[in-house]
Amino acid sequence: MPPGQPLLQVDDLTLRFGGVTALADVNMTVESGTIHAIIGPNGAGKSSLLNCISGLYRPTSGSVVLRYVADDVARGGGLAADPGAASGTAVADVADLDVRERALTSLPPNRVARLGVARSFQNIELFDQLTVLENMMLGRHVHMKHNVLTSMLWFGPARRQEIAHREIVEEVIDLLKLQAHRQKPVGMLSYGIQKRVELGRALAMQPSLLLLDEPMAGMNAEEKEDLARYVLDVHELAGVSIVLIEHDMNVVMDISNRVTVLDFGRVIGDGTPREVMDNPRVIEAYLGAGVAS
Amino acid sequence: MTAVETGRHHTSYRSELRLWHTRPQFIRMAVLAVIVLVLPLLLDNYWLSLANTAMIAAIGAIGLNILVGYTGQISLGQGGFLAVGAFTSAILTDRLGMPAPVSIVGAVLLTAAVGVIVGLPALRLKGLYLAIATLASQMVILFIVRRWGFLTEGQGFLDVARLEVFGFRLDRSSFEQQWYMILLVITVVAALTATNLFRTGMGRSFMAVRDQDIAASAMGVNLTRAKLTAFAVSNGYVGLAGALLAHYTEILSWEKFTIDVSILYLAMIIVGGLGSVAGAVYGAVFMTLLPVIVRSFADVVGGAVPIVKNQLPAVEHGVFGLTIIIFLIFEPRGLNRIWQRLKDWFGFWPFRY
Repeated sequence: MPPGQPLLQVDDLTLRFGGVTALADVNMTVESGTIHAIIGPNGAGKSSLLNCISGLYRPTSGSVVLRYVADDVARGGGLAADPGAASGTAVADVADLDVRERALTSLPPNRVARLGVARSFQNIELFDQLTVLENMMLGRHVHMKHNVLTSMLWFGPARRQEIAHREIVEEVIDLLKLQAHRQKPVGMLSYGIQKRVELGRALAMQPSLLLLDEPMAGMNAEEKEDLARYVLDVHELAGVSIVLIEHDMNVVMDISNRVTVLDFGRVIGDGTPREVMDNPRVIEAYLGAGVAS
Repeated sequence: MTAVETGRHHTSYRSELRLWHTRPQFIRMAVLAVIVLVLPLLLDNYWLSLANTAMIAAIGAIGLNILVGYTGQISLGQGGFLAVGAFTSAILTDRLGMPAPVSIVGAVLLTAAVGVIVGLPALRLKGLYLAIATLASQMVILFIVRRWGFLTEGQGFLDVARLEVFGFRLDRSSFEQQWYMILLVITVVAALTATNLFRTGMGRSFMAVRDQDIAASAMGVNLTRAKLTAFAVSNGYVGLAGALLAHYTEILSWEKFTIDVSILYLAMIIVGGLGSVAGAVYGAVFMTLLPVIVRSFADVVGGAVPIVKNQLPAVEHGVFGLTIIIFLIFEPRGLNRIWQRLKDWFGFWPFRY
């Protein structure tokens, strides 16, 4: 998708668990080529919103629509898919692209992933017994062909495919500086590195939209800075649009282009980081008086 | 994590993806190959029959390990699946007159199909609940085998003709030796294909389902397809083991496929190492030899402690249970892990790490 175009459109999304309303009429538009932060107090429904987008929850009502370029999905994007595209392609070009829309609300998570939406989880959900490399190769799962017989044979198509996708995974490993950990089972790695592996696994999918659920939770200032740098690198080099849940307002102010604020399942603020910081409702519900000054 | 030798540098992914890299590894494999090829010349028929039984068990254990160890779907239906493979192949050969290789392939395919049906509850159930569902399949299959007169023509057992491969009929005098070579080839192929499966994307998606099924689906793994494929592939190997068992033992009855067999196979992969092809082989050999060891032990101490000899079946069961418990407590990752640690210890000697 060319930058500036709406990539993900969330309309009147409502999610109820029995009597509890987790999300109430949430509207949000994620534009292509941006880092879009979602902030809000605990229990505001941030993760629920992400789960609705990625197909893990089925919303009670409302819609989530993803726009994608048909060729991109077929080709699997391209990790370094011309970085020049970020610098203002003419809108007229859009007409040439085969842009399609797909409602995500009725799709299972694996189908959503196939459309180019990758995610990380708030509590790290890596494949513990597999190595860093194997975890990242699973990021390539949607781009691979799977056949029992050729897999068992190994020589021929199976090995060729493994090597081709390994080359792309190695680019991600280089980008995130995970070379030293390649062959280690992720269960053995430290928390900070596991978070980075999870980012890498999502990135290996070459998604058009990357959903990051608190990638910097539980990190010290230095680690946060590192990870923020990686997120920016990913955004700029790979040209991925990012939806980011984050509590640290400094990080949000620094790296995001747009912020949506949730409170008790409702959107109470939406705009540039500056606008949101000055919004009295946001200050009252989440930021507190001291921060805005 | 196993240690990696220093000085092992790869210049291509192709060379890194090889199974064996260093000279000691090649020498070890060569020595192993020589040993297994010389074995039939050294062993008498009794020990060869044990070796053959162990190899059939190894194929079945590899299959079970694909499902339980690699995909994390527990199954108590192993006995029933072996029965499906065994009876299918026996009936195809003896009554429909198909050549044995064809009927064995038929048995593999049918057992795989049965696996898909039995795997359907796995789409909803996990852990203990799935164990009960597969236990039900074991009971149902065994009930059919016992009561369906067609299978054994009302005799309660089924005679299987001597194996004949491409017009070549195994002769009586070197029966065990010839079976040994046949089973050796099939076991090696089974072990290699299973190893290959887990070097590729398909096997990785099975392991992803085991470790984190929600994350796996968010990475684009179709859980339904992955689980059912795992059931089918796993049961293919089990069906192969069942079919070989039918042709090797030449007599089939339902007693060979009871719940005890299912538990024995689970014990094999626990003792050998869950989620490892080599572990399944080690476990199968170990559990096949265990009763033999117990019996010869009973012969030795039987004079001094008569109860060991008089109560031999009870002692065997006791040792069987004790072995599983000891492994679960001291080395839950089984013989395979012990062997890896041993290799590391020698590799690092005289240093600790």
